Amino acid sequence: MNVTDIQPSGVRIVDPAKEAMLLSALYIAQEREGVLTPEAIARVAERLGLEPGQVYSVASFYTLFRMQPTGRYLIQVCDGLSCYLCGGANQVVDYISAKIGIGPGETTPDGRFSLEKVQCLASCGTAPAMRINDDLYENLTPATIDAILERLQGEV
Amino acid sequence: MTPWQPVLLSNVNRPNSERITTYMAHGGYEALRKALNMAPAAVIAEVKASGLRGRGGAGFPTGVKWGFIAQDAPVKYLAVNTDEGEPGTFKDRLIVERDPHSILEGVIISAYAVGAHRAFVYIRGEFFLGVKRWIKAIADAYQHGFLGKDILGSGFDLDVSVHRGAGAYICGEETAMIESLEGKRGEPRLKPPYPAQIGMWDQPTIVQNVETLANIRHIIGRGAAWYASIGTEQSKGPKIFCVSGHVNRPGNYELPLGTPLREIIYEHAGGVRMGRRIKAIIPGGVSTPILPPDKLDVPMAFETLAAAGSALGTGAIVVMDETTDMVEAIRRITSFFVHESCGICVPCRIGGVRLLETLETIGAGKGTLADLERLDYLSRSISGLTFCPMGTGMCEPIASGINLFRSEFDARVAA
Ligand SMILES: Cc1cc2nc3c(=O)[nH]c(=O)nc-3n(C[C@H](O)[C@H](O)[C@H](O)COP(=O)(O)O)c2cc1C
Ligand code: FES
Repeated sequence: MNVTDIQPSGVRIVDPAKEAMLLSALYIAQEREGVLTPEAIARVAERLGLEPGQVYSVASFYTLFRMQPTGRYLIQVCDGLSCYLCGGANQVVDYISAKIGIGPGETTPDGRFSLEKVQCLASCGTAPAMRINDDLYENLTPATIDAILERLQGEV
Repeated sequence: MTPWQPVLLSNVNRPNSERITTYMAHGGYEALRKALNMAPAAVIAEVKASGLRGRGGAGFPTGVKWGFIAQDAPVKYLAVNTDEGEPGTFKDRLIVERDPHSILEGVIISAYAVGAHRAFVYIRGEFFLGVKRWIKAIADAYQHGFLGKDILGSGFDLDVSVHRGAGAYICGEETAMIESLEGKRGEPRLKPPYPAQIGMWDQPTIVQNVETLANIRHIIGRGAAWYASIGTEQSKGPKIFCVSGHVNRPGNYELPLGTPLREIIYEHAGGVRMGRRIKAIIPGGVSTPILPPDKLDVPMAFETLAAAGSALGTGAIVVMDETTDMVEAIRRITSFFVHESCGICVPCRIGGVRLLETLETIGAGKGTLADLERLDYLSRSISGLTFCPMGTGMCEPIASGINLFRSEFDARVAA
């Protein structure tokens, strides 16, 4: 075992069983294109010696594998119970919707933002919470949301 | 009584707490040295004697589970459950991000005890920082000789790898997790056989929650007798309680099992916001039955919560004050389960959708008494009849919620 066997994508492939590599392969495929296209699924299937249908079946089970393209910033607002109790959930979604002009499940015409409601982010103690791409934002207030969106609006 | 000094969370607030150097400067990996000088059977006996029960929700005695592993099996695996997804629960993320070595030390000791030479860390795909922390911790442990071949000269070998889930609550269920680790859809397997008998790639596999594993170093380090002196008759040791909802100081509080719910909410979590009264409490994550405020004095332990009509679950306490719309709270919980149903069994897949539709109708003020009866009928057709415990968990808040807050439901439906 060598430390360099640990891949930056977060998964070290340890077992010769090709099937066990599927989730990590899908992550790698998705990392490159931001979305799992039918071509990417076919490529993964070929590389692992699996049927494309099997690869699709597995990919479609998991919400983090995306078949539809999203905006550059995917805003995922927690819709869970604790966030709701802390004035989050609906209010945060509505607030962001009003600011960027799209509802949950939509993408802004410039492709910058997509908005989604998601399940509990394990941030209930720091509710309300949301995630944008790989970053978690907690204890949200209108002021912090404004600051975050402004910064992302300005990113070139 | 002197206040409880955190054991599991003793490191998390130190600067650079996640680093191996910080961990080792405060006694880290000493328990591993001790364990490697014991016979594996003695380590199992110690964990058995400690009374440790799983912290992932089911509360199964850990040492007993280890005893199920066939001694003569040529290959055995350990799987580390970092999939934390039960709404209200945020303890595992804290340990993984701030003190990953305290789990890893438990992983190595546990693997040594059961004779596993390969451990798989399964982590919730959304835990981006947690993934990094796990990978770094494992890499550093290799460098220090705590992993790999001939660990600390003991002759014991162990390799650990990290595997990201990809967004599926059900993969926290141990057999679904094994399916996912094998690269499949995360659909649960029928039990028995239990993973300790037939697990990953059909080999005996011990699945353990990360908080459970974080206890192991303390049990070995300080001894089972010390550990068993903490807690109640059937619930030993410290527990991390995640408190959220309408409290002044939400957060993770480590306390001995058996600490009264009232003390956790009012002393540790600072009481209810704006001095309001409590209407309902979820004591162990959203799969556990809702409790009314007259149960506030229940000790937070497996046996006492069962007697009170609920369960310890993950120890995730969600507090709802008198202003809470219970129909909406229960609808929201149900919508979680419906979203997360894996779909292999009909009661959970279809029954869940029907439950949610009915709750939505009632919530919108369009329901009738027949809808309330439908909720009752549906829960009885789901609970206990699903392929895995998730479908049954889905009914717990509904059944208990309607029972406790019947008048609120009645007020929402037309006669
Ligand atoms: C639907 C469902 C979801 C679960 N999710 C988790 C989870 O996220 N983390 C966890 O440790 N256990 C979870 N469990 C419990 C596991 O099946 C298993 O009991 C546990 O990982 C065993 O470890 P322990 O004995 O250390 O608690 C879940 C169970 C069910 C039925
Ligand atoms: S409910 Fe929002 S993070 Fe848990």
